[in-house]
Amino acid sequence: MTKIYGLMAEFENPNDLVEATRRAREAGFTKLDAYSPYPIEALAEALDIHDRKLPAVVLGGGILGGVLGYALCYWTSVIAYPLNVGGKPLNSVPAFIVPTFETTILFAAFAAVFGMLALNGLPMPYHPVFNAPRFALASRDRFFLCIESKDPKFDHDETWAFLTKLGPRVVMDVEE
Amino acid sequence: MSTAEPPHSEQKPATGAILAPGYTFTTLTDKLASIALSRRTPKSWFFGAAVGFVLTMVLLATITHLVFKGVGIFGVNVPVGWGFDILNFVWWIGIGHAGTLISAILLLLRQPWRNSINRFAEAMTIFAVSCAGLYPLLHTGRPWLDYWLVPYPNTMGMWPNFRSPLIWDVFAVTTYATVSLLFWYVGMIPDLATLRDRAKALWAKMLYGMLAMGWRGSARHWHRYETASLLLAGLATPLVISVHTVVSFDFAAGIVPGWHATIFPPYFVAGAIYAGFAMVLTLAIPLRKIYGLEDFITMKHLDNMAKILLATSLIVAYGYAVEAFMAFYSGNVYERYMMWNRATGPYKHMYWALIFCNVLAPQMMWFRKLRHSIPALFVMAMIVNVGMWLERYVIIVVSLSRDFLPSSWGLYKGTVFDWSMFLGSIGLFIALLFLFIRLLPMISIFEMRVILPEAKVEAKEEQA
Repeated sequence: MTKIYGLMAEFENPNDLVEATRRAREAGFTKLDAYSPYPIEALAEALDIHDRKLPAVVLGGGILGGVLGYALCYWTSVIAYPLNVGGKPLNSVPAFIVPTFETTILFAAFAAVFGMLALNGLPMPYHPVFNAPRFALASRDRFFLCIESKDPKFDHDETWAFLTKLGPRVVMDVEE
Repeated sequence: MSTAEPPHSEQKPATGAILAPGYTFTTLTDKLASIALSRRTPKSWFFGAAVGFVLTMVLLATITHLVFKGVGIFGVNVPVGWGFDILNFVWWIGIGHAGTLISAILLLLRQPWRNSINRFAEAMTIFAVSCAGLYPLLHTGRPWLDYWLVPYPNTMGMWPNFRSPLIWDVFAVTTYATVSLLFWYVGMIPDLATLRDRAKALWAKMLYGMLAMGWRGSARHWHRYETASLLLAGLATPLVISVHTVVSFDFAAGIVPGWHATIFPPYFVAGAIYAGFAMVLTLAIPLRKIYGLEDFITMKHLDNMAKILLATSLIVAYGYAVEAFMAFYSGNVYERYMMWNRATGPYKHMYWALIFCNVLAPQMMWFRKLRHSIPALFVMAMIVNVGMWLERYVIIVVSLSRDFLPSSWGLYKGTVFDWSMFLGSIGLFIALLFLFIRLLPMISIFEMRVILPEAKVEAKEEQA
């Protein structure tokens, strides 16, 4: 038999999934994930997801962009190519605000997108959950709860029985 | 008020509803995904794509001619050195603004009605910015040297002047194009996963699969995804306001009468939103008809957009009034003459047509009956598209044609190549848009699932 990644239960509506996730957490499972076709806030609460890395990454990106943007304006206008335009100071702060603002936004946006992808581990062309036969419906109308085999409490038959108790449509093996 | 349209679903969406009743996750997903995945392409798609293709060829022919001959093929000359190129640049970039407004500002304001129109409005933004970007790049006359706009170490030892609004424009527009593209793509990832899972053809599975990057709808992913969307919206909101502000600086930082006005930034931003919503209506009305999307883009959407159109038209009208008032109040003879010249000079027809299109005609949107009449809305949107083009014509051309000394005055007229390039850029816009609606989900499927009644998760009692 091939190695098992975990057990997957399929639910028909978001309420059942949220309820099942909560019960699985209460039963002591820790390595589990839920899959849904749209973001469900209650699900993040049920899984106790508290990830505050992304806002910090975006803030860092913004600060970096702002510093680099101003540094570019300053270095070109004061050091590399000093040009007297209408007697304005070489370090023309008000004029430099615009490029600085734009680079701040640009770097912060890059940080938001690539930070989100990197923290989510995307792109990931292969993932075991796609082996579950009905998993394609997770992007359409079905809700899935997967308890992974690396969970310390995982035991194939017991976990199967536990998931069946939660009232899913079907429980299936997810091959590695 | 009922319209002449036959309902597509059995139940017609009630007035005020943002989604027709009776949809489930399954039917909604299948209906929206089938637009991109279906093998049958509506006949009207071929018609629209053909128009876009032909006009794009006109654009390419014009660009070829331009590269061989130089900017002399355009009507620009002393004193009107900025003609159609800059005016079309401003027009297009303004149109793009509604997409960001819908996707970012309305997201922050938690307006769920935006969920069915944000995707194609964002696409419209990107295509409009692409068309806009062409103009200044080609207007340089030597587009193969356009990389000189970018600060980079070079053997000439030269650097851009960061005190110039023109370099600000380079930064603002490239940032805007990049951030809009990122926002659009990130917004599409979950829907691309839907298309990947629903596609039957191998090429479609592979294409959408690659684009979806292995999205699997994990709760942990959704959590970060939602955070990223909100943060991007928060970043795009000041960005979109800055872009048209910077565009207005191109004029306001100059001393030409008719340009040198402090009202310009807010008045340009309002004008951009105004033009953009007109374009969203111009696109939404035929699209919902062709693809039978009346259930998703309901009368409520059209009504809301008409109201935004009316509100922004009033802001723009205020801008015109302040411009005129300040010209007289300033006591400056050149400013006063500028205003007098607009209203009675050689381009007076343009000015009065602009006042009609942007100030008088939109007042019909006060009437609920007209806001709920689809032909009236479409005509209105077209009038505003024309009006905003005229506005830029009046600001750019009319101001330049008569500045200070009568000895340096001159008249401007677009040549056939000015017009062919303008038509061509409209063609490029249409062509890109038709490719988009055929290949990508033009309505955000996952955001539509969120507004379904069955998507509500009931609050649980044990939730501490």
